[in-house]
Amino acid sequence: MGLAVFYILAAVILVSALFVVTLRNIFHSALMLIVCFFGVAGLYASLNADFLAAVQVLIYVGAVTILIIFAVMVTHQLSGKKIRQYNDQPVPAGLIIISLFLLFVVSLSKTGFEVVKSISSSPTVEGIGKALMTSYVLPFEVVSIVLLVALIGAIVIARKD
Amino acid sequence: MPTVDHYLVLSGLLFCIGAFGLLTRRNAIGVLMSIELMFNSANINFISFSKFLTPQALTGQAFAVFVITIAAAEAAVGLAIVVLMYRNFDVVDVDYIDFMRW
Repeated sequence: MGLAVFYILAAVILVSALFVVTLRNIFHSALMLIVCFFGVAGLYASLNADFLAAVQVLIYVGAVTILIIFAVMVTHQLSGKKIRQYNDQPVPAGLIIISLFLLFVVSLSKTGFEVVKSISSSPTVEGIGKALMTSYVLPFEVVSIVLLVALIGAIVIARKD
Repeated sequence: MPTVDHYLVLSGLLFCIGAFGLLTRRNAIGVLMSIELMFNSANINFISFSKFLTPQALTGQAFAVFVITIAAAEAAVGLAIVVLMYRNFDVVDVDYIDFMRW
């Protein structure tokens, strides 16, 4: 049962990701990116990460892809049929990527993970909140400053002056 | 039930697809979308390790929150740069904009 759910989600994620990188129309790629993010959110839900599944839907599906679609709309002439979307290097890139994946598989098969018997699923919001406010309070503050700097930086870069 | 290896192979495949798009796309927005795919594969790794290796500590899930935050900041700044590129060059093509190359 769990394995079937995993394979369905994996098929959704991988097929939509392939469409994201191969479709000619960049707007259709952005729509397939939404499908891919929903699949990843389902995967998080199946991994006992209920809070992160919600965050994935809110931030990636709700914010990041909308931002990308806005950028596609602003730069509209790019989604036409005539414009070439790929460079001249798909074959070397494919070779590099296949060797990278083989490296992943070899290193994965040589590594033994100490898998712990997982406890029963329970809401993770409280645990994440406690972790963010105790053990990881310094990275939490740093990441909030990074977010503020990115906000100001995006406004300053994109401002018309 | 799927094991940790299933999730790691899936995230490796997703990372490779994203890296392929990163290497072959000419459109800067396509490059940014490929980078988002790679962020997601890293998050799948974090969360599967969090479930299978440290189920009570939630370390991986806390770090996945940080990764999502950084990815959102990256998307904001990257798309601002794309808009600026379009305004200055009338094109969003990473092959075309090479005036800093020597």
